[in-house]
Amino acid sequence: MPRRLDLGFFGGFAQAIRQVPQPRVTTEYPIVKRPKPPRVHGRHVLNRYEDGMEKCIGCELCAAVCPADCIYVRGADNPADGPVSPGERYGFVYEINYLRCIHCDLCVEACPTEAITESKLFEFSFTSRSDAIYTKAELLVDDEGKPREQPWEDWREGDDQHTSAWMRATSPSGSAAHEGEVAWSAELGYGVRAAEGGQSGKRDDAATGNISIREVARNKIPVRFGGRVR
Amino acid sequence: MGDPLFAHGVDLGGFLIALVRVLLAFGMLLTSVMLMIWFERKVISDMQDRIGPNRAGPYGLLQTLADGTKLFFKEDLIPERADRIVFKLAPYLALIPALLIFTVVPVGGVVNIAHHVVELQVADPPIGILLVLALSSVAVYGTMLAGWSSGSKYPLLGAVRASAQMISYEAALGLSVVAVILESHSLSTRTIIASQASTFLHWNVFRLGIVPFVIFFIASTAELNRPPFDLAEGESELGGGYHTEYSSIRFALFFLAEFMNTITMSAVVVTLFFGGPDGPGFHFLRWLWPIAWFGAKVGAFLYLQVWIRAALPRFRYDQLMDLGWKVLIPLSLGWLLIVAGVIQSVAWFVALAVAVALAGALLVRAVRVSRRRRQAATSGGDGFEDPVGPDLVALRVLNAPPRRP
Repeated sequence: MPRRLDLGFFGGFAQAIRQVPQPRVTTEYPIVKRPKPPRVHGRHVLNRYEDGMEKCIGCELCAAVCPADCIYVRGADNPADGPVSPGERYGFVYEINYLRCIHCDLCVEACPTEAITESKLFEFSFTSRSDAIYTKAELLVDDEGKPREQPWEDWREGDDQHTSAWMRATSPSGSAAHEGEVAWSAELGYGVRAAEGGQSGKRDDAATGNISIREVARNKIPVRFGGRVR
Repeated sequence: MGDPLFAHGVDLGGFLIALVRVLLAFGMLLTSVMLMIWFERKVISDMQDRIGPNRAGPYGLLQTLADGTKLFFKEDLIPERADRIVFKLAPYLALIPALLIFTVVPVGGVVNIAHHVVELQVADPPIGILLVLALSSVAVYGTMLAGWSSGSKYPLLGAVRASAQMISYEAALGLSVVAVILESHSLSTRTIIASQASTFLHWNVFRLGIVPFVIFFIASTAELNRPPFDLAEGESELGGGYHTEYSSIRFALFFLAEFMNTITMSAVVVTLFFGGPDGPGFHFLRWLWPIAWFGAKVGAFLYLQVWIRAALPRFRYDQLMDLGWKVLIPLSLGWLLIVAGVIQSVAWFVALAVAVALAGALLVRAVRVSRRRRQAATSGGDGFEDPVGPDLVALRVLNAPPRRP
């Protein structure tokens, strides 16, 4: 039951002037950014195994499941003298059109090898169609397992961390019995990543980069509920 | 007394001084409008825990300039069913009165420039305050014609609201000005501020009792279409109001006029009731202090206007009319009679005070009785207050029992 606000006639004036010395709730966006929740769906990355092999096997399940039809994949047989991925085939062409992508992460859920996951970067603006279509050259992580920064992308501290949090959060399939179980392979630069903590108490927020949504939206929550709005 | 029409001849110096005064006033007014829009946005965001414009220039000072530049380059649309000439004319009809009102406002004392005694105002015509009243009524033509010529219903509704509102509050505005004129014995703004000089107890706001000032302030806010009286541009009801169909620089002109009116009306309030540039001065920079005092007083009123906007919700239409006709006009009329009695003699004062008190009691009684009857006629006994005014008529028509032959 919300508190009834009975201001009377002059109460409005008092209320307005009382706000003046209060702290501002505005985040000065392009300069300051709020921390993003770990599961934010940003632009994709194509992951590699710890030995540098690509995870993508060119199965095209991501392209099949994509509701926006923005992914184009062509698989090819691994060359015998220099295999790109550990399996039989690899992603020979991999393109994502970011003019169409709706960042639903269905591709991430469909991927059988955790090859495609999402970073937290959503602040990128391109001025040509060809920039909007990311190819393997842009999507594949570099030799340290970090996403390759494009000149038109505005990366901030932490955006390239925890790039597959959504995949790791959804992998117990909603079953509490499997919570905290690691069901994924190691990644280049990171090794085997920790599982996101749920309600079981087996959680390590520092390792998983988990931020409470309360923390993110502190400027919108009243003081009496632990926020900053009076 | 000024000689605005150069009836007694003109020399080059006098002409140049007049020219400089006009250009200076024009430039300062436009600059202050620019700053006023910035000020309003900053203050209202202070009151809403926000930061406000802070990107263009230091502290966002140039935000208005940026907005204006943007509006210049926007597409200028004229609706197909608009009356093209009137549609183009209306923004200027709104803007020019706003500019002209400021000409009679004294912004400072009197200075000597090259053997010319120069009053720091554009002109001091003997009918100064009448000019203010006349021009503030002319300003409604801009609103009215804009709404009418748009050939669209929401702007028309906004325009009808605006003209009804202005007519209703014009009377109260005029009556409270009459009280000032009675006290100052002059229509000239320069004489009005001269009669309030010396200490602040001589300011009209105290000499006349607070009432005429309060009435003038409320009525001028209504004349300006500022919140809480901004029914003419009720965004939530009319999709914008009288300027719905306007775009580009024509749209900007309406807002320029509105903010300019806010400044000039604050300046007029200061002139009529707060002694204009009156205030303690010092021996150095003698000419500066009156201007500073004037600026400070106007600034205080501008802050008050923004504060009102932050504090009060918009009036309902019938509340607006009730306040104007049933409260402000009778109150200003009665107070005017009492002021006149005070000036005449004690006997007159007592007689008129008693008469006003009786008439006031009668009016309150009449309003109460009519409200009770109206409620008895429509109330379903559910404890909710029934709609009044135009809504009541609509309700009666809808609830009327079907006629049987």
